[in-house]
Amino acid sequence: MAETLNDIVLHAEKIDKIYPGTKALDQVSFDIRRGKVNVLIGENGAGKSTLMRIIAGIEKPSSGKLYLEGREVSFNSTVDARKEGIAIIHQELCLFPNLTVFQNLFMSAEHTKHGVLQDNEHRELAKKVLARLEYPIDPDTKVGDLRVGQQQMIEIARNLLIPNLKILIMDEPTSSLSEQEVDVLFHIMRELTASGISIVYISHRLEELMRIGDYLTIFRDGRLVAQDETKNVDLAWIVRNMIGKGKNYPKRKTQVDWSSREKVLEVKDLCLPKPGGGYLLDHVSFYLRKGEVLGLYGLLGAGRTEVFECIMGLRPLHTGTIIKGGKVLKIGELYEMIDQGFALLPEDRQRDGLVQPMNIEQNIALTNIGHYTNKLGLISDKAEDAAVDEMIKDVTIKVADKKLPILSLSGGNQQKCVFAKGALTKPDIMLLDEPSRGIDIGAKTEMFQLIYQYAERGVSLIVVSSELEEITAIADRVIVLSSGVKTAEFTGADITQQNLVEASYKGHRKN
Amino acid sequence: MNKNNLIMTLLKGRTLIVLGLLVIFFAFASESFLTTSSLLLISKHVALYGILGIGMTYVLVTGGIDLSVGSVAGVAGMVAGFLINKGFTIFGTTIYFSVPSIVLIAMVIGLIIGFVNGIVITKFAVAPFIATLGMMYIGRGFANLISNGATFPNLVGNKALGNTGFEIFGRDVMNFPVAVIILIVIAFIAAIVLRKTPFGWHILAIGGNGRAAKLSGVRVDHDTICVYMFSGVCAAIVGIIATSQLVASHPMTGNTWEMNAIAAAVLGGTSLMGGVGTIVGTVIGAFIIGVITDGMVMCGVSEFWQMVIKGLVIVLAVIIDQYQRDLQARMALQARNENK
Repeated sequence: MAETLNDIVLHAEKIDKIYPGTKALDQVSFDIRRGKVNVLIGENGAGKSTLMRIIAGIEKPSSGKLYLEGREVSFNSTVDARKEGIAIIHQELCLFPNLTVFQNLFMSAEHTKHGVLQDNEHRELAKKVLARLEYPIDPDTKVGDLRVGQQQMIEIARNLLIPNLKILIMDEPTSSLSEQEVDVLFHIMRELTASGISIVYISHRLEELMRIGDYLTIFRDGRLVAQDETKNVDLAWIVRNMIGKGKNYPKRKTQVDWSSREKVLEVKDLCLPKPGGGYLLDHVSFYLRKGEVLGLYGLLGAGRTEVFECIMGLRPLHTGTIIKGGKVLKIGELYEMIDQGFALLPEDRQRDGLVQPMNIEQNIALTNIGHYTNKLGLISDKAEDAAVDEMIKDVTIKVADKKLPILSLSGGNQQKCVFAKGALTKPDIMLLDEPSRGIDIGAKTEMFQLIYQYAERGVSLIVVSSELEEITAIADRVIVLSSGVKTAEFTGADITQQNLVEASYKGHRKN
Repeated sequence: MNKNNLIMTLLKGRTLIVLGLLVIFFAFASESFLTTSSLLLISKHVALYGILGIGMTYVLVTGGIDLSVGSVAGVAGMVAGFLINKGFTIFGTTIYFSVPSIVLIAMVIGLIIGFVNGIVITKFAVAPFIATLGMMYIGRGFANLISNGATFPNLVGNKALGNTGFEIFGRDVMNFPVAVIILIVIAFIAAIVLRKTPFGWHILAIGGNGRAAKLSGVRVDHDTICVYMFSGVCAAIVGIIATSQLVASHPMTGNTWEMNAIAAAVLGGTSLMGGVGTIVGTVIGAFIIGVITDGMVMCGVSEFWQMVIKGLVIVLAVIIDQYQRDLQARMALQARNENK
């Protein structure tokens, strides 16, 4: 590719970003082309959002340089980046729902005269920019009263107000937009690029990317693996590059005739309405056999976690039948579902898994502590100690003293504690939501061993994962969700990364 | 590392150290401080803050707050005064209850108020501060309504009606204040329940991380309601003791005592963020409040300066608490890095 310097508005040179335990970006050199829609593609955690956060000044690279129009720049904050004309629109909206549209638009960029806000001027400018977006909203409307799609437009409008805007980064802006709004957005994007603004666009909707993108760049495991002009490539090229043939985990080998195993769990027509219409889960049906590891694959927002939440009684609005051991299950409170033999390992360890002020022992025993009491209802230290010690050995948590604070453990060992907490209740079905998230490779392998070990003992497990290598290695069977719809089911040799990726976009296509 | 460990030990024992220093200081500052009679007097006051503080500790441990305890104490005292003097009239007949029944009735009222607090907080998702602030006004209002603002000046009762003996809770048994015995019993039970029962673990978990607690199968709403009920009972008991000590029920009994209860808990190391707290700490905290208050009275410090000093002590306690938490987090991180 022979571009002159003039075609490239920003050049990132050999960017590294290292987080404790993981390398999010590895020697990434990346160009943003002037007046084009630059599209980034990759699995969750491939590094694309991290790179954008660095370019927008939210994070600093561990090493590497940024050149804006040939001049080296470094940003300490988004304010710095905005001064240079670089703006980012986040996946999650960063608006103030309690304030009006124009207040949001001019937050921290207020026009004042002698220290007094010029609200009439704000209103006029707001009207102008909203008109440019073909989106007439009364500037005095409270943002909290707007629909999510409308709020997205406000977020975009806010960035258009930056004087001298050069680069606009959009991180999955369409995830909450309707078909119509997407069309409007694309129209606006074309208008912006025509006026010389460069756009970086991150999305999981492949068809969309093919439609709007000028240049495609694919990330995998923190590295830039491929880039080309959109007109030169097809969907197969994208999928091939997204998957790669990188790291492989040892595949679980089982010689089980699954059809002879009993079905411990059957879910029929599971539906979960979406607030504001539609479904988060749309008639999802599946079953789980004794001792089986069932993979649940899908992109962010496909409804994977929601399946678990329905089963565990956290989504009272769901409909459908859940049959466990041949009997229709009445879904009640979460603690009742634990009594029914379920255990849940939540996705976000810090937020939902650990009680930070408690020590290791207390965290592990938390769910099952009621079973270690004597006749007076007091906790029997002996029984509790023995159970926790046995569990620590069983799941091989490396710990000197179980009275230490839980946060003194490494991420992998913290995760094993959460696993141990669930395992202590002797469940027959374990629901693991991203069990290997945020832990290093070594701990991951150990977590997989743990999953096999429990499956061999006859525990049935459903594992949600967004890592392809992982789910193809550990699962006996995989079902794929896409936008709340079950789009495919694979067993044995059909569990390939290619198949999973293709199925995970099917539901998006339908919309 | 060793230096940190030493600082940590000192920090953990700080409430006891502060109490010791205060006692030594007042012993020198006022001749009458270290006499049996004044120590007994102080301990009677401490019992009130202590019992309220224990209930408050349970609430704070879940990450909540109970501002209604002072008013509940007022209501309980007024109910006791009313029942002793006026009895309970139904269908034209007036029943007079015995003192144990009256105490039980007052405690049940505390229980019910706590239950209402808990329901409003859990089922209607009202912030604990607001819910119990409302209950604080409601309770104080009812305490005044019972007598239309008047005091029941005499709680001796009538032998013929079989309701004498109410003043026992303010007296001494074998030279030991009954109030302090009640404090010791409640503290003992509360400490065991908090440390040695599943319920205790569960409420620590609720305050430590409510989401994780719920996902671990803790019955968050149920346990939270129980905690407010316990706080209500503690407050009712304090109302009984306080009116018994005065041998009179005044509708403003317990006014602003919730602040002393919070202060006792916080001085004892209970975190307002939830998840952290001990009963022993709260009892020591109550002693600190009692010693400061009565000690300054004995030294002739003006009431206004007392307020200033009490306020300073509380803020200082929280600052030190925060410092300890930071240090703890740093040491945990250090340990984690060393493990690697």
